[in-house]
Amino acid sequence: MTKASSRARHAAGDASSSNQSNSPKKELKSGSQVFCEVLENEGVDILFGYPGGVVLPVFDALMDSKIKVVTPRHEQGGTHMADAYARASGKVGVVLVTSGPGATNTVTGLATAHMDSIPMVAITGQVRTPLIGNDAFQEADTTGITRPVTKHNYIVKNPKDLARILHEAFHVARTGRPGPVLVDLPVDIATARLHYEPGEAVMDLPGYRVRQTGHMRQIVKAAEALNAAERPVIYAGGGVILGGAWAELNNLVQKANVPITTTLLGLGGFDENDPKSLQMLGMHGTAYANFAVQECDLLVAIGARFDDRITGDLSRFAPKAKVVHIDIDPTSISKSVKVDIPVVGGAKEILTEMVNHIEHRDRAAWFGQINEWKRKYPLIYDNEGSSIRPQYVIEEVCRQTRGQAIVCTGVGQHQMWTAQFYRFSRPRHFISSGGLGTMGFGLPAAIGAQVACPDATVVDFDGDSSFSMTLNELPTAVEHGLPIKVCLLNNGYMGMVRQWQELFYKRRYSSSSLKQPSFAAVAEAFGAVGITAKTKDEVPGAIERMLAEKTCCVVDFHVEREENVWPMVATGKSLQEMDGLPTVDVERLA
Amino acid sequence: MKRTLSALVQNKPGVLAHVAQMFAARSFNIDSLAVGRTEDPNLSRMTIVVVGDDATIEQVRKQLSKIVPVVKVYDFTGESLVERDLMLIKVAFPPEKRMEIQAIVEMFQAKVVDIGSKFVMVEVTGPEEKIEAFINVCRPYGVKDVVRTGQIAMPRHPQRPRDNSHDAK
Ligand SMILES: Cc1cc2nc3c(=O)[nH]c(=O)nc-3n(C[C@H](O)[C@H](O)[C@H](O)COP(=O)(O)OP(=O)(O)OC[C@H]3O[C@@H](n4cnc5c(N)ncnc54)[C@H](O)[C@@H]3O)c2cc1C
Ligand SMILES: Cc1ncc(C[n+]2csc(CCOP(=O)(O)OP(=O)(O)O)c2C)c(N)n1
Ligand SMILES: [Mg+2]
Repeated sequence: MTKASSRARHAAGDASSSNQSNSPKKELKSGSQVFCEVLENEGVDILFGYPGGVVLPVFDALMDSKIKVVTPRHEQGGTHMADAYARASGKVGVVLVTSGPGATNTVTGLATAHMDSIPMVAITGQVRTPLIGNDAFQEADTTGITRPVTKHNYIVKNPKDLARILHEAFHVARTGRPGPVLVDLPVDIATARLHYEPGEAVMDLPGYRVRQTGHMRQIVKAAEALNAAERPVIYAGGGVILGGAWAELNNLVQKANVPITTTLLGLGGFDENDPKSLQMLGMHGTAYANFAVQECDLLVAIGARFDDRITGDLSRFAPKAKVVHIDIDPTSISKSVKVDIPVVGGAKEILTEMVNHIEHRDRAAWFGQINEWKRKYPLIYDNEGSSIRPQYVIEEVCRQTRGQAIVCTGVGQHQMWTAQFYRFSRPRHFISSGGLGTMGFGLPAAIGAQVACPDATVVDFDGDSSFSMTLNELPTAVEHGLPIKVCLLNNGYMGMVRQWQELFYKRRYSSSSLKQPSFAAVAEAFGAVGITAKTKDEVPGAIERMLAEKTCCVVDFHVEREENVWPMVATGKSLQEMDGLPTVDVERLA
Repeated sequence: MKRTLSALVQNKPGVLAHVAQMFAARSFNIDSLAVGRTEDPNLSRMTIVVVGDDATIEQVRKQLSKIVPVVKVYDFTGESLVERDLMLIKVAFPPEKRMEIQAIVEMFQAKVVDIGSKFVMVEVTGPEEKIEAFINVCRPYGVKDVVRTGQIAMPRHPQRPRDNSHDAK
């Protein structure tokens, strides 16, 4: 257990000469300078920031610091960028905005990060402390508004608290179950004169305890249950990625010899090309993953939270299984599904220990059954005709990028097809809003990911409607020379909405189609490269061109308009009750 | 079922808002909430009476512990407790009923704290049932106003926080 009342972490502190607190002439610095120093000491070298009245002193100080600033076109975009920067790099993402409208514009981004447990620090400007509560110009009750969508938030009311609070914010954001932390910074704090020596800001978090190592007895129990199981399944989630536990997970899977499925947010936590992979489970998961969960005698959940998108009807979820749950957050345990063997702690630490107690089992019958499901119910789509199938675009991009791209998405059908048809083999390579399902996440996320990983190929599979929500960030990518690749799977619909209307509302397509512009022309107007592809045979060439581009590139694929995402577990159904399973002769297709 | 939780929290701005917000956001039912200082100036204590089944209370306890400035959470379920609520109540006080009301006040070991021309103000402390009983008895005479603190509680035996070793944030 890490008692967090320890000294704030610092990088430069001890070297400086004036470290004694009673040093005679301590230098006075402005709150803004201190702000920059704390961030530097926390390892921040880049942040996403949009200025305004009350944060001008901070932006001014940033010019003299080592921290680089990327300015988005909208604070929501900036917040998603910081979020994706964190998802791609594993570091804490930072966003800095002004008070009032700047702060309220971050709310969607904070909620997105909060739902997916992403480590992020948001700093919002605030009016002068004496004005707070007076409906001052550009005042908003930012801590009040953001409390439900942050892991924790602060308002700095006294200059002497500034450094401590900022250090605490980073500590809370990155440890335990990560999450966004907001610090509301009144302008008079940013301009105050104060002392700061790194290392002097002592964190005061007596109530914040993180349990990293699991309870030994529980770990052994979990291992024994796995050793004894005839038909076990591992179900791994975002926690494997957040906790950096993919190598340990792979060791466990290989040593124990068990099939493994991941959630949407767990994609890349295990190599999907491995024969033990069942790929994604849930509403739009594979049939073999869902069948395996429903038939298994032991379900080992690792860093996953039994979201309703993966359980289907809760009362009929994994009916034959004993449940092991490894999670760092006790509130995740037995929240919806009753757990038999809980193990609280970090996935990496727990799996490292657990592997020592694992015996290899053959489980030929179980794998035989699974392979039969895989043969009978593969993920397939109809690729006949000359129109472009969205799944084909994804498969082709996967092939040309050899499955190595960092992939971002919007929200909708294209997001599900990406999860199904791009084969993920590496962690931090799939970046998508799972919990909140935020349309418009894709483009700013791609920008944040490319900033974090300048040498990577970053692809944003986006929907036409999702993209329309934040395409104002295209010039941000152009300005910073970020060669991100936007693959628009343009069906001219809010496809996911249209699919539900087709299935459950008698094809009454209420408000779900939008008249879209020429996205290639829009891209060109913003200084990016725009390409349009309308037929299947144009696809490989368009992708080749896109991948070769050195600047931001948008390819508008006009795809089959009324394609549906299959298979699907409709709301209220049990996991094995999947619609849209292949009825075609799969032997012939293979 | 009603259960009493007690939380030691850091004495910092916004703590009450954090706790109240969590209850509202997760639709847990608070029956009463009392906040006060403790012997340690850095800490306050919240006594929270919650309605719910075992699983709900368990979630409430874990969610409370998860709030950063919440230092410790005690679940008093099954403990032998001293529970107290403090009430001020204004009861109609017509001359012909004064003897009766006086007798009731004595029976409940309550205290008359103010007398006006038409009403008497009574202070009652005790466990919730006693307070409820007092209100019920006074109702026929006419109850004008009731103010209650909400329940506070202290276990009779020294209590350690429920083994929270499985918990963390
Ligand atoms: C249109 C749409 C459709 C969707 N369909 C599906 C679907 O079919 N299938 C699907 O899976 N999802 C689907 N989702 C996503 C879904 O809504 C959830 O976001 C997702 O299932 C949650 O993933 P998770 O359980 O891995 O949890 P996360 O939100 O990633 O939670 C991580 C868990 O790990 C824990 N954790 C964090 N750090 C650690 C650590 N170091 N060690 C151990 N534990 C840790 C956390 O406490 C938490 O419990 C869909 C989303 C959308 C928008
Ligand atoms: C901000 C936001 N508003 C509304 C929704 C509801 N919603 C979910 S998917 C979807 C349609 C997405 O359309 P598009 O981006 O074109 O993707 P497609 O499904 O067509 O691939 C909508 C409106 C949402 N998830 N997010
Ligand atoms: Mg669409």
